Amino acid sequence: MPTDIQAPEILYGPLSPMLIVFAAACIGVLVEALAPAARRRGIQVVLAVGGLLAALVAIIVQRGARTLTAGDAIAVDGPTLFIQGVLVVLGVLSILLLAERGLDGSGGAVVARASTTPGSREDMRLADSDAMQSEVFPLAMFSLGGMMLFPASNNLLLMFVALETLSFPLYLMAGLARRRRLLSQEAAVKYFLLGAFASAFFIYGVALLYGYAGSVDAGKIFDATGDVGSNDVLLYLGLAMLAVGLLFKIGAVPFQAWTPDVYQGSPTPVTALMAACTKIAAFGAVLRVFYVAVGRDQWDWRPMMWAIAILTMVVGAILAVTQTDVKRMLAYSSVAHTGFILIGVIAVSKAGLSGTLFYLATYGFTTMAAFAIVTLVRDSSGEATHLAQWTGLGRRSPLVAGVFAFLLFAFAGIPLTSGFMAKFAVFQAGTAGGAGVLVVVGVVASAVTAFFYARVVVLMFFNEPAADGPTVAIPSALTATTIALGLAVTIVLGVYPQPMLDLADQAALFIR
Amino acid sequence: MNPSYYLFLAALLFTIGALGVLLRRNAILVFMSIELMLNSVNLTLVTFSRIRGTLDGQIMAFFVMVVAAAEVVIGLAIIMSIFRTRRSASVDDANLLKY
Repeated sequence: MPTDIQAPEILYGPLSPMLIVFAAACIGVLVEALAPAARRRGIQVVLAVGGLLAALVAIIVQRGARTLTAGDAIAVDGPTLFIQGVLVVLGVLSILLLAERGLDGSGGAVVARASTTPGSREDMRLADSDAMQSEVFPLAMFSLGGMMLFPASNNLLLMFVALETLSFPLYLMAGLARRRRLLSQEAAVKYFLLGAFASAFFIYGVALLYGYAGSVDAGKIFDATGDVGSNDVLLYLGLAMLAVGLLFKIGAVPFQAWTPDVYQGSPTPVTALMAACTKIAAFGAVLRVFYVAVGRDQWDWRPMMWAIAILTMVVGAILAVTQTDVKRMLAYSSVAHTGFILIGVIAVSKAGLSGTLFYLATYGFTTMAAFAIVTLVRDSSGEATHLAQWTGLGRRSPLVAGVFAFLLFAFAGIPLTSGFMAKFAVFQAGTAGGAGVLVVVGVVASAVTAFFYARVVVLMFFNEPAADGPTVAIPSALTATTIALGLAVTIVLGVYPQPMLDLADQAALFIR
Repeated sequence: MNPSYYLFLAALLFTIGALGVLLRRNAILVFMSIELMLNSVNLTLVTFSRIRGTLDGQIMAFFVMVVAAAEVVIGLAIIMSIFRTRRSASVDDANLLKY
């Protein structure tokens, strides 16, 4: 007996930030098809930045929205809006980095024509030209749209679609570096194969949870966990599979293997986008799954997450010490930070949630600025990322090295930087939530990370520069804005964090 | 017939796919193994849909198919670009990125 299907009610207001970003991405595709080649890049940058700023305005307008819409599939609530707000601001900064072309006289970090074979004569000819594959801007916008949808999805199927929407453009963008194209293509293949593998686990987990609860709505799964006599095997298996997909995206051990390779091989602006924005969005989804869908089963999943958090902090911190490449070092440091943020997740409290949100915001801005600095230190073959090449950078260019040193102190969590306040917030929530052991491990791991950050600072300031060392490019206003804003947020949130903490605190309530 | 047999079949297919990803060295075959995993998910969804008597699972299978199709486009583009450079699609040959 067929029944009429009720069309779900859609509230366009709360959805408007995401709709704006996706619309800007679609217009970007049309621009690629219709605009003359010489003008595409300029149009794309204006379109992307304009779209993101419009989305930011829409988020501010919607700041009071706490609602489920589109058939309960999308939840626009405090954490969603907070994360989306941080994402669009960081998105603007990464678009500015992508648009930078003043560093070495070529068209920027993105390849001139991705279809040419690396090393061929045409590739050589185009390497120093000012052409660029301007499709990278719509790709970044699609990815950012997916990231905004990811923490907002209250329905696991939609979460899967959002996961793939944010991942597919990133797989392609990872392979678009102008220099060292072999490394870049290799990074793209590795990221793609491992990412697709992880998302297959994710969707299998969704299928098992559907079998468990009869629905993939987070709220319905929450209701089902309260029923006695349901098949808990399906719940545990499904949740474990789902967690594999999510932990891969946040780069937690043992699913971190892709992080250093992909961070190193990708064009640095894309790495910045991946390191800052993807991690924030994926943590939003982690929070939604573990707080909303299976919040009642915290005694079942917490032991596993404890183990993962400890492993992530220890492995990230120890492997970071052994790295000789700046980008790989920042990659392992991001793995260690994943562990610190997981302490906030494991606390399962309002303080844990607001601490996590605050940590994500501070981490995102510091990371964005750090990778922006990496784009500036160059030699004749592009970016000089080997740590030995950074020797004595403080003598040559005290300003750039000083800013980088400050950002490293923020990563290490030295007081008067945002990193200290963020670590304090999650560690405090962890202690209050009964995760004292985790906090002890976290403090020890912080000390280890502080050791290798200090090593880089010593290398930059207390060693003689090599005679044929790299030069520091003078950034145009684009990169300078990114660095300045990232640095400003790092300082302000370290000295006067209260407004941001209050904002995170007000946002820290999920609806179901 | 007991529909849960199909769940076991799907779990078996998923395992074969996962092993294929881990053991195969050719990027195309790794990729095909991932597609096998996604198809086993479809079988799981449709079986649960039958057991539960709701249509959601069948609709979800369509979403998975669309995502898998998009994944093929992206994946083959990336694998082809690396094949044109190296004349090889082996995942062991791509080993420039390490310590």
